[in-house]
Amino acid sequence: MTADFLLTLAQAIVNGLLTGMVYGLMALGLSVIFGVMRIVNFAHGEMMVVGMYLAWMGFEYLQVSPMLSLPVIAAIFFAAGYVLQRGLISPFIGRPEHQQFLLLLAVAILLVNASLAIAGPDSRGVQMESQFDSYELGPLVFDAVRLHAALAAIAIALLLWLFFTRTRTGKSIRAAADNNLAALVVGLDVRRLYAVTFGVGAACVGAAGALMITIIPVSPFLAVEYTLLAFVIVIVGGLGSMTGALLGGLLIGVSEAVAGLLLQPSLKSMFSFGLLILVLLLRPQGLLGKGPQ
Amino acid sequence: MSFIRRLAGNAPPRILWSLGVLLALLLLAPALLGKYWLSVLILILYFAYVGQAWNILMGFAGQLSLGHALYAGLGGYIAAGLYFHYGIGPWAGLFAAVAVAGVAGAIVGYLGFRFSLAGVYFALLTIAFAEFTRVAFDHWGWAGGSGGLFLKVEHATDIVNLRGGPVLFYYLILALAAGAFILCRALLRSRLGQYWLAIREDAEAAQAVGVPVLRCKMIAIVISAALTSLAGVWNAFYYNNLFPETAFAMGRSIEITLAPIIGGLGTLFGPIVGAVVLTGLGEAFTDLGDVLRIPGIKQIFYGLALLVIVAYRPAGVWPWLADKLGLKERQP
Repeated sequence: MTADFLLTLAQAIVNGLLTGMVYGLMALGLSVIFGVMRIVNFAHGEMMVVGMYLAWMGFEYLQVSPMLSLPVIAAIFFAAGYVLQRGLISPFIGRPEHQQFLLLLAVAILLVNASLAIAGPDSRGVQMESQFDSYELGPLVFDAVRLHAALAAIAIALLLWLFFTRTRTGKSIRAAADNNLAALVVGLDVRRLYAVTFGVGAACVGAAGALMITIIPVSPFLAVEYTLLAFVIVIVGGLGSMTGALLGGLLIGVSEAVAGLLLQPSLKSMFSFGLLILVLLLRPQGLLGKGPQ
Repeated sequence: MSFIRRLAGNAPPRILWSLGVLLALLLLAPALLGKYWLSVLILILYFAYVGQAWNILMGFAGQLSLGHALYAGLGGYIAAGLYFHYGIGPWAGLFAAVAVAGVAGAIVGYLGFRFSLAGVYFALLTIAFAEFTRVAFDHWGWAGGSGGLFLKVEHATDIVNLRGGPVLFYYLILALAAGAFILCRALLRSRLGQYWLAIREDAEAAQAVGVPVLRCKMIAIVISAALTSLAGVWNAFYYNNLFPETAFAMGRSIEITLAPIIGGLGTLFGPIVGAVVLTGLGEAFTDLGDVLRIPGIKQIFYGLALLVIVAYRPAGVWPWLADKLGLKERQP
């Protein structure tokens, strides 16, 4: 345990925390959708990849930085999520899980292969000046892009919290999540609320995609990995819990970074899945969850 | 004969006759079909077989596993590894494969069912175990690591070591698929099968009337895992190569679930009908993809087809087809 090693470890943890915030934002989308509708979005990683591609295209063809295209991408994702829920997913709420799974699997296949057909199989990244910038805090180095992405993710999570606690629509969605029948009885338009929820969840993952493209390049093959990653994060944090998703994102971000440093980078996902198995067995409701219903 | 009569039960004679003709045709198929169509038929039988195995756990006992690649992968790796390293033939190796996959199924099942994980939570546990094993095999030298494990390709037919051409593997998978069909029919008509259906419909009520729920679920996952591992052994010796990235992939697990879901969950003919539909669509879209030359276009059509089927036939194709053809079994 030399001072050198401790510094490297601290640096890995810092990087893990920053990436973990973006993971958390991605998982937040999954958690919101499940928490309200009890639908597991098996197309989550695919949506993430589409968000990354949109940000890449904005940068490549229109020279817009991903940070600036983020609100536009989030808006597109909100609209797409709203329509998808209204047109396709709505009849499947309350249906057996394998039918929901098959439906979202079909959506996932369509999204990832549409990306493949449009952008090709090569991995695509953005090259920005700021990727070489960094901030220093004592001996620790904060990559500028990672720090900006993490701060943006925190800001979006805060906005989401305000939406769910301060606005009428947000409160109605929580009411519908708590008690669907009672929400219908008091006259809430639950079908519209569900569509808004799916839109919000999609906007989260779209925004996370726009942030992620500044950190790593995108390829269609990342989609399955991100879907699994989002599952791990929300289960560890607590499926349906918003703070849980963010906490889970940070935990997995750090555990990946530390596993990559101490073991081999290719072993990092084994670490995450080991953590997932432990949490499922010892605390299936997740660290901050209210428990499976 | 009495065994056959018991199995047939209340099935309409038309179904029994059709099955007999189908079996005769399948037995003659290698003489009637060219290389390409035989390979398509092999794929259909493979998916019908693994679908039947998966259906025992999900369709009968109601437990959603999205990690069945774990059992197929373990089976394939163990039989192929024993043959590759020690020259132990697959007929002996498959006992080890079945045993290891059965134990793996028992571990996943015990942990999941003991802690009453159900639905999505159990499904995620099965995914986690498959993914965990995939990364472990990536780093395990004995199994070839991420570089893969290769069996020597030999053209002379050698039934003892399962070396040979497509016809040999065709008859093997036909035997497996037919065997699994008969086994599932027998299971469904047994007390255990009725317990499974009770658990699927309402586990708490089943428990209340004295069904040993945990034991029944355990038996379901062990049988399902063991049968799936045989498909893995077959796969390894048919294709002669194994990579953790494909053998334990999430995609492989999903593939296994599709035929029974599309065909009709919990039905005996569902996995078979689903395998025919999906393999047929897959082949047609491959040809279409070759014409259009757009990457991913095959999967786009495939995804659209899945979407249409799940939207219009959510309970699967077979129940609807059986109704149309007047092949519904009378309730005993």
